[in-house]
Amino acid sequence: MRSHIATLAASAALGLALTGAAVADPVEDSLTVITEDGELEIVTRTAAPDHLKDVLPTIYSGWHYREDETRALQRDDFDNPGMVFADRGHDNWNAEIGTGGESCASCHGGPESMKGLRAVTPRVDAKTGKLMIIEDYVNACVTERMGLEAWGVTGDKMKDMLALISLQSRGETVNVAIDGPAAPFWEKGKEMYYTRYGQLEMSCANCHEDNTGQMIRADHLSQGQISGMPVYRLKDAGVVSAQQRFVGCVRDTRAETFKAGSDEFKALELYVASRGNGLSVEGLGVRH
Amino acid sequence: MADDAKPRVRVPKTASAGEIVTIKSLISHKMESGQRKNADGTLIPRSIINRFTCDLNGVNVIDIAIDPAVSTNPYFEFDARVDASGTFTFTWYDDDGSVYTDTAEITVG
Repeated sequence: MRSHIATLAASAALGLALTGAAVADPVEDSLTVITEDGELEIVTRTAAPDHLKDVLPTIYSGWHYREDETRALQRDDFDNPGMVFADRGHDNWNAEIGTGGESCASCHGGPESMKGLRAVTPRVDAKTGKLMIIEDYVNACVTERMGLEAWGVTGDKMKDMLALISLQSRGETVNVAIDGPAAPFWEKGKEMYYTRYGQLEMSCANCHEDNTGQMIRADHLSQGQISGMPVYRLKDAGVVSAQQRFVGCVRDTRAETFKAGSDEFKALELYVASRGNGLSVEGLGVRH
Repeated sequence: MADDAKPRVRVPKTASAGEIVTIKSLISHKMESGQRKNADGTLIPRSIINRFTCDLNGVNVIDIAIDPAVSTNPYFEFDARVDASGTFTFTWYDDDGSVYTDTAEITVG
Protein backbone atom coordinates (compact mmCIF):
# COMPACT_ATOMS: atom_id res chain seq x y z
CA MET A 1 0.00 0.00 0.00
CA ARG A 2 2.76 2.35 0.98
CA SER A 3 4.60 1.81 -2.28
CA HIS A 4 1.32 2.33 -4.16
CA ILE A 5 0.87 5.71 -2.50
CA ALA A 6 4.48 6.56 -3.21
CA THR A 7 3.93 5.73 -6.90
CA LEU A 8 0.83 7.88 -6.97
CA ALA A 9 2.68 10.72 -5.32
CA ALA A 10 5.55 10.33 -7.76
CA SER A 11 3.27 10.38 -10.78
CA ALA A 12 1.38 13.34 -9.35
CA ALA A 13 4.67 15.16 -8.90
CA LEU A 14 5.67 14.24 -12.43
CA GLY A 15 2.33 15.44 -13.75
CA LEU A 16 2.80 18.69 -11.91
CA ALA A 17 6.28 19.10 -13.31
CA LEU A 18 5.05 18.43 -16.85
CA THR A 19 2.14 20.83 -16.50
CA GLY A 20 4.52 23.34 -15.03
CA ALA A 21 6.87 22.97 -17.97
CA ALA A 22 4.06 23.60 -20.43
CA VAL A 23 3.31 27.02 -18.99
CA ALA A 24 6.65 27.65 -17.40
CA ASP A 25 8.09 30.32 -19.60
CA PRO A 26 7.43 33.99 -19.22
CA VAL A 27 5.15 35.27 -21.97
CA GLU A 28 6.92 36.57 -25.06
CA ASP A 29 5.63 40.11 -25.36
CA SER A 30 6.84 43.67 -25.30
CA LEU A 31 5.52 46.70 -23.44
CA THR A 32 4.79 50.09 -24.92
CA VAL A 33 2.81 52.37 -22.65
CA ILE A 34 0.45 55.05 -23.95
CA THR A 35 1.04 58.04 -21.69
CA GLU A 36 -0.22 61.61 -21.76
CA ASP A 37 3.02 62.56 -23.50
CA GLY A 38 2.89 59.86 -26.16
CA GLU A 39 4.21 56.33 -26.30
CA LEU A 40 6.98 55.05 -24.08
CA GLU A 41 9.00 51.86 -24.57
CA ILE A 42 9.59 49.89 -21.39
CA VAL A 43 12.40 47.34 -21.19
CA THR A 44 10.90 44.27 -19.55
CA ARG A 45 13.51 41.73 -20.66
CA THR A 46 17.25 42.11 -20.89
CA ALA A 47 20.57 40.44 -20.18
CA ALA A 48 21.25 39.90 -16.48
CA PRO A 49 23.71 42.17 -14.68
CA ASP A 50 27.19 40.68 -14.18
CA HIS A 51 26.63 39.57 -10.60
CA LEU A 52 23.61 37.52 -11.63
CA LYS A 53 24.39 36.15 -15.08
CA ASP A 54 25.66 32.80 -13.83
CA VAL A 55 22.31 31.95 -12.24
CA LEU A 56 19.82 33.80 -14.48
CA PRO A 57 21.07 34.65 -17.97
CA THR A 58 18.04 36.80 -18.83
CA ILE A 59 16.04 38.93 -16.46
CA TYR A 60 12.31 39.48 -16.93
CA SER A 61 9.96 41.95 -15.34
CA GLY A 62 7.10 40.34 -13.43
CA TRP A 63 4.87 41.80 -16.14
CA HIS A 64 5.79 38.80 -18.37
CA TYR A 65 4.32 36.38 -15.85
CA ARG A 66 0.80 37.79 -15.78
CA GLU A 67 -2.24 37.11 -17.95
CA ASP A 68 -3.07 38.97 -21.17
CA GLU A 69 -5.78 41.05 -19.48
CA THR A 70 -3.53 42.10 -16.61
CA ARG A 71 -0.67 42.99 -18.95
CA ALA A 72 -3.05 45.03 -21.12
CA LEU A 73 -3.97 47.26 -18.17
CA GLN A 74 -0.39 48.50 -18.04
CA ARG A 75 -0.25 49.45 -21.72
CA ASP A 76 -2.38 52.55 -21.32
CA ASP A 77 -2.25 54.99 -18.43
CA PHE A 78 -5.96 55.55 -18.73
CA ASP A 79 -6.57 51.87 -18.06
CA ASN A 80 -3.94 51.59 -15.30
CA PRO A 81 -5.93 51.75 -12.05
CA GLY A 82 -2.80 52.82 -10.17
CA MET A 83 -2.87 56.26 -11.78
CA VAL A 84 -5.72 57.29 -9.49
CA PHE A 85 -3.37 56.75 -6.56
CA ALA A 86 -0.52 58.68 -8.18
CA ASP A 87 -2.98 61.54 -8.78
CA ARG A 88 -3.93 61.44 -5.13
CA GLY A 89 -0.21 61.61 -4.35
CA HIS A 90 0.03 64.67 -6.58
CA ASP A 91 -2.75 66.39 -4.62
CA ASN A 92 -0.80 65.67 -1.43
CA TRP A 93 2.40 66.93 -3.08
CA ASN A 94 0.78 70.32 -3.52
CA ALA A 95 -1.04 70.35 -0.17
CA GLU A 96 0.36 72.80 2.38
CA ILE A 97 0.46 70.36 5.26
CA GLY A 98 3.64 71.40 7.09
CA THR A 99 3.52 73.13 10.47
CA GLY A 100 4.91 76.22 8.72
CA GLY A 101 2.58 75.87 5.74
CA GLU A 102 5.15 73.94 3.68
CA SER A 103 4.19 71.61 0.87
CA CYS A 104 6.42 69.24 -1.13
CA ALA A 105 6.01 71.68 -4.00
CA SER A 106 7.19 74.70 -2.02
CA CYS A 107 10.70 73.21 -1.76
CA HIS A 108 10.94 70.83 -4.69
CA GLY A 109 8.75 72.45 -7.35
CA GLY A 110 6.88 69.92 -9.48
CA PRO A 111 7.09 66.17 -8.91
CA GLU A 112 9.25 65.94 -12.06
CA SER A 113 12.10 67.18 -9.85
CA MET A 114 12.14 63.57 -8.54
CA LYS A 115 13.01 62.23 -12.00
CA GLY A 116 15.62 59.53 -11.81
CA LEU A 117 15.36 58.85 -8.08
CA ARG A 118 13.49 55.57 -8.38
CA ALA A 119 16.11 54.14 -10.74
CA VAL A 120 18.96 54.55 -8.24
CA THR A 121 17.28 53.81 -4.91
CA PRO A 122 17.84 52.18 -2.48
CA ARG A 123 21.10 54.08 -2.17
CA VAL A 124 23.52 55.07 0.57
CA ASP A 125 23.09 58.68 1.64
CA ALA A 126 26.44 60.43 1.25
CA LYS A 127 26.00 62.55 4.40
CA THR A 128 24.69 60.04 6.91
CA GLY A 129 26.02 56.79 5.46
CA LYS A 130 22.59 55.24 5.91
CA LEU A 131 20.86 53.10 3.31
CA MET A 132 17.85 55.09 2.11
CA ILE A 133 14.70 53.96 0.32
CA ILE A 134 12.32 56.53 -1.15
CA GLU A 135 10.08 56.15 1.90
CA ASP A 136 13.00 57.29 4.09
CA TYR A 137 13.50 60.40 2.00
CA VAL A 138 9.80 61.22 2.21
CA ASN A 139 9.74 60.73 5.95
CA ALA A 140 12.91 62.81 6.39
CA CYS A 141 11.08 65.70 4.73
CA VAL A 142 7.85 65.08 6.60
CA THR A 143 9.48 65.03 10.03
CA GLU A 144 12.47 67.38 9.69
CA ARG A 145 11.26 70.00 7.25
CA MET A 146 7.52 69.91 7.82
CA GLY A 147 7.56 69.15 11.54
CA LEU A 148 4.97 66.37 11.28
CA GLU A 149 4.70 62.87 12.65
CA ALA A 150 6.37 60.36 10.33
CA TRP A 151 4.05 58.71 7.83
CA GLY A 152 3.54 54.94 8.10
CA VAL A 153 5.91 53.20 5.69
CA THR A 154 3.07 51.23 4.11
CA GLY A 155 0.31 53.77 4.77
CA ASP A 156 -1.86 55.15 1.99
CA LYS A 157 -0.28 58.61 2.03
CA MET A 158 3.20 57.13 1.73
CA LYS A 159 2.27 54.72 -1.06
CA ASP A 160 0.46 57.43 -3.03
CA MET A 161 3.58 59.58 -2.79
CA LEU A 162 5.81 56.63 -3.67
CA ALA A 163 3.66 56.00 -6.75
CA LEU A 164 3.93 59.64 -7.81
CA ILE A 165 7.70 59.75 -7.31
CA SER A 166 8.33 56.41 -9.02
CA LEU A 167 6.28 57.48 -12.00
CA GLN A 168 8.68 60.35 -12.67
CA SER A 169 11.44 57.82 -13.44
CA ARG A 170 9.34 55.64 -15.69
CA GLY A 171 11.32 54.28 -18.62
CA GLU A 172 14.68 54.96 -17.00
CA THR A 173 17.05 52.04 -16.54
CA VAL A 174 17.32 50.59 -13.04
CA ASN A 175 20.90 51.14 -11.94
CA VAL A 176 21.40 50.84 -8.19
CA ALA A 177 24.97 51.01 -6.93
CA ILE A 178 26.22 47.81 -5.31
CA ASP A 179 29.85 48.77 -4.73
CA GLY A 180 31.57 51.34 -2.55
CA PRO A 181 29.54 52.34 0.50
CA ALA A 182 26.61 50.21 -0.69
CA ALA A 183 28.66 46.98 -0.69
CA PRO A 184 28.06 45.89 2.94
CA PHE A 185 24.29 46.53 2.62
CA TRP A 186 24.22 44.64 -0.66
CA GLU A 187 26.06 41.67 0.86
CA LYS A 188 23.59 41.62 3.75
CA GLY A 189 20.66 41.72 1.33
CA LYS A 190 22.16 38.94 -0.74
CA GLU A 191 22.61 36.78 2.33
CA MET A 192 18.95 37.35 3.23
CA TYR A 193 17.88 36.43 -0.29
CA TYR A 194 19.44 33.00 0.08
CA THR A 195 18.47 32.43 3.73
CA ARG A 196 15.57 30.10 4.43
CA TYR A 197 12.94 31.66 6.70
CA GLY A 198 9.87 30.41 8.47
CA GLN A 199 8.32 27.06 9.24
CA LEU A 200 8.35 26.28 5.53
CA GLU A 201 12.07 27.03 5.43
CA MET A 202 11.96 28.87 2.15
CA SER A 203 14.29 31.52 0.84
CA CYS A 204 13.52 34.11 -1.80
CA ALA A 205 15.73 32.10 -4.16
CA ASN A 206 13.73 28.88 -3.70
CA CYS A 207 10.79 30.41 -5.53
CA HIS A 208 12.20 33.23 -7.62
CA GLU A 209 15.45 31.66 -8.77
CA ASP A 210 15.24 27.85 -8.45
CA ASN A 211 11.63 27.61 -9.56
CA THR A 212 11.00 30.76 -11.52
CA GLY A 213 8.45 30.15 -14.25
CA GLN A 214 6.89 27.20 -12.41
CA MET A 215 3.43 27.27 -10.91
CA ILE A 216 3.10 27.33 -7.13
CA ARG A 217 -0.51 26.24 -6.91
CA ALA A 218 -2.29 28.93 -8.98
CA ASP A 219 0.58 31.42 -8.98
CA HIS A 220 3.05 31.76 -11.81
CA LEU A 221 6.39 32.35 -10.11
CA SER A 222 8.19 35.37 -11.49
CA GLN A 223 11.83 36.25 -10.92
CA GLY A 224 10.70 38.49 -8.09
CA GLN A 225 11.91 41.63 -9.84
CA ILE A 226 10.82 44.92 -8.27
CA SER A 227 11.34 47.18 -11.30
CA GLY A 228 7.55 47.44 -11.57
CA MET A 229 7.10 48.41 -7.93
CA PRO A 230 5.07 50.01 -6.59
CA VAL A 231 2.39 48.08 -8.42
CA TYR A 232 -1.36 48.32 -8.51
CA ARG A 233 -2.43 44.90 -7.33
CA LEU A 234 -5.85 43.79 -8.53
CA LYS A 235 -6.25 41.45 -5.57
CA ASP A 236 -5.83 44.32 -3.10
CA ALA A 237 -7.48 47.02 -5.25
CA GLY A 238 -4.60 49.19 -4.14
CA VAL A 239 -0.94 50.03 -4.48
CA VAL A 240 1.65 47.63 -3.07
CA SER A 241 5.24 48.68 -2.41
CA ALA A 242 8.31 46.44 -2.45
CA GLN A 243 8.60 46.69 1.34
CA GLN A 244 5.02 45.56 1.72
CA ARG A 245 5.53 42.69 -0.71
CA PHE A 246 8.59 41.51 1.24
CA VAL A 247 6.46 41.33 4.39
CA GLY A 248 3.88 39.31 2.42
CA CYS A 249 6.46 36.89 1.03
CA VAL A 250 8.22 36.23 4.33
CA ARG A 251 4.85 35.87 6.09
CA ASP A 252 3.91 33.25 3.49
CA THR A 253 6.87 31.16 4.66
CA ARG A 254 5.11 31.15 8.05
CA ALA A 255 7.80 33.31 9.63
CA GLU A 256 7.64 36.26 11.95
CA THR A 257 8.57 38.91 9.43
CA PHE A 258 10.85 41.88 9.63
CA LYS A 259 9.01 45.18 9.60
CA ALA A 260 8.44 47.16 6.44
CA GLY A 261 11.11 49.84 6.38
CA SER A 262 13.43 47.86 8.68
CA ASP A 263 17.18 47.76 8.04
CA GLU A 264 16.84 44.13 6.97
CA PHE A 265 14.19 44.78 4.32
CA LYS A 266 15.97 47.89 3.10
CA ALA A 267 19.11 45.82 2.48
CA LEU A 268 16.96 43.20 0.78
CA GLU A 269 15.35 45.86 -1.40
CA LEU A 270 18.81 47.01 -2.50
CA TYR A 271 19.84 43.48 -3.40
CA VAL A 272 16.58 42.62 -5.20
CA ALA A 273 16.67 45.95 -7.05
CA SER A 274 20.24 45.17 -8.17
CA ARG A 275 19.03 41.90 -9.70
CA GLY A 276 16.93 44.09 -11.99
CA ASN A 277 19.73 46.45 -13.04
CA GLY A 278 19.07 46.90 -16.76
CA LEU A 279 15.26 46.70 -16.70
CA SER A 280 13.16 49.86 -16.98
CA VAL A 281 11.47 51.48 -14.04
CA GLU A 282 7.79 50.83 -14.74
CA GLY A 283 6.64 53.50 -12.34
CA LEU A 284 3.38 51.84 -11.62
CA GLY A 285 3.08 48.25 -12.72
CA VAL A 286 -0.16 46.29 -12.74
CA ARG A 287 -0.18 42.78 -11.30
CA HIS A 288 -2.76 40.47 -9.84
CA MET B 1 -19.44 67.12 -2.74
CA ALA B 2 -17.20 64.16 -2.32
CA ASP B 3 -13.71 65.65 -2.06
CA ASP B 4 -12.03 62.79 -3.90
CA ALA B 5 -14.16 62.95 -7.05
CA LYS B 6 -12.01 63.78 -10.05
CA PRO B 7 -13.28 63.15 -13.58
CA ARG B 8 -11.00 61.95 -16.39
CA VAL B 9 -11.84 61.38 -20.05
CA ARG B 10 -9.98 60.25 -23.10
CA VAL B 11 -11.28 61.28 -26.53
CA PRO B 12 -9.27 61.22 -29.77
CA LYS B 13 -8.34 64.75 -30.88
CA THR B 14 -9.25 64.14 -34.52
CA ALA B 15 -11.53 61.86 -36.51
CA SER B 16 -12.80 61.52 -40.06
CA ALA B 17 -16.47 62.28 -40.75
CA GLY B 18 -18.68 59.36 -39.77
CA GLU B 19 -15.86 57.62 -37.91
CA ILE B 20 -16.66 55.56 -34.83
CA VAL B 21 -14.32 56.58 -32.02
CA THR B 22 -13.71 54.92 -28.68
CA ILE B 23 -14.20 57.06 -25.60
CA LYS B 24 -12.93 56.21 -22.14
CA SER B 25 -14.11 57.83 -18.95
CA LEU B 26 -13.27 57.40 -15.31
CA ILE B 27 -14.18 59.27 -12.16
CA SER B 28 -12.43 58.69 -8.87
CA HIS B 29 -15.18 58.13 -6.34
CA LYS B 30 -15.49 55.87 -3.31
CA MET B 31 -18.89 54.45 -4.44
CA GLU B 32 -20.01 53.52 -0.93
CA SER B 33 -22.75 50.95 -1.51
CA GLY B 34 -24.86 51.68 1.58
CA GLN B 35 -24.77 48.02 2.56
CA ARG B 36 -21.57 48.01 4.57
CA LYS B 37 -21.33 48.58 8.30
CA ASN B 38 -18.63 50.43 10.18
CA ALA B 39 -16.84 49.20 13.30
CA ASP B 40 -19.78 50.21 15.52
CA GLY B 41 -22.21 48.15 13.48
CA THR B 42 -24.03 51.14 12.06
CA LEU B 43 -24.75 51.34 8.38
CA ILE B 44 -22.44 53.53 6.30
CA PRO B 45 -24.80 55.70 4.23
CA ARG B 46 -24.90 55.12 0.51
CA SER B 47 -22.85 57.56 -1.53
CA ILE B 48 -22.45 56.71 -5.17
CA ILE B 49 -22.47 58.25 -8.61
CA ASN B 50 -25.97 57.29 -9.77
CA ARG B 51 -25.98 58.54 -13.36
CA PHE B 52 -23.45 59.22 -16.09
CA THR B 53 -24.19 60.88 -19.41
CA CYS B 54 -22.21 61.88 -22.47
CA ASP B 55 -23.44 64.37 -25.09
CA LEU B 56 -21.89 65.41 -28.38
CA ASN B 57 -22.92 68.89 -29.50
CA GLY B 58 -26.05 68.64 -27.38
CA VAL B 59 -27.05 65.23 -28.74
CA ASN B 60 -27.05 62.45 -26.19
CA VAL B 61 -24.54 59.66 -26.85
CA ILE B 62 -25.01 57.54 -23.75
CA ASP B 63 -27.02 57.79 -20.53
CA ILE B 64 -26.22 55.27 -17.85
CA ALA B 65 -28.09 54.55 -14.61
CA ILE B 66 -25.60 53.33 -11.99
CA ASP B 67 -26.51 51.15 -9.04
CA PRO B 68 -24.65 50.27 -5.84
CA ALA B 69 -23.01 47.15 -7.29
CA VAL B 70 -20.69 49.30 -9.41
CA SER B 71 -17.30 49.44 -7.74
CA THR B 72 -14.94 52.24 -6.75
CA ASN B 73 -13.73 54.64 -9.45
CA PRO B 74 -16.35 53.75 -12.11
CA TYR B 75 -14.86 53.38 -15.60
CA PHE B 76 -16.94 53.42 -18.78
CA GLU B 77 -15.67 52.80 -22.28
CA PHE B 78 -18.01 53.23 -25.23
CA ASP B 79 -18.10 54.12 -28.92
CA ALA B 80 -19.58 57.19 -30.58
CA ARG B 81 -20.03 58.14 -34.22
CA VAL B 82 -18.66 61.57 -35.03
CA ASP B 83 -20.13 63.38 -38.06
CA ALA B 84 -18.86 66.89 -37.36
CA SER B 85 -16.37 68.71 -35.14
CA GLY B 86 -17.65 69.53 -31.71
CA THR B 87 -17.51 69.08 -27.98
CA PHE B 88 -18.18 66.01 -25.92
CA THR B 89 -19.72 66.89 -22.58
CA PHE B 90 -19.51 64.35 -19.78
CA THR B 91 -21.66 64.60 -16.67
CA TRP B 92 -21.59 62.55 -13.49
CA TYR B 93 -24.42 62.87 -10.92
CA ASP B 94 -23.57 62.22 -7.27
CA ASP B 95 -26.07 60.97 -4.68
CA ASP B 96 -25.36 64.09 -2.63
CA GLY B 97 -26.57 66.31 -5.45
CA SER B 98 -23.13 67.25 -6.75
CA VAL B 99 -22.67 67.26 -10.50
CA TYR B 100 -19.22 66.82 -12.01
CA THR B 101 -18.59 67.72 -15.63
CA ASP B 102 -15.76 67.45 -18.08
CA THR B 103 -15.49 68.32 -21.76
CA ALA B 104 -13.32 67.26 -24.69
CA GLU B 105 -13.04 68.74 -28.18
CA ILE B 106 -12.88 66.64 -31.31
CA THR B 107 -12.03 67.93 -34.78
CA VAL B 108 -13.35 66.27 -37.90
CA GLY B 109 -10.87 66.79 -40.70
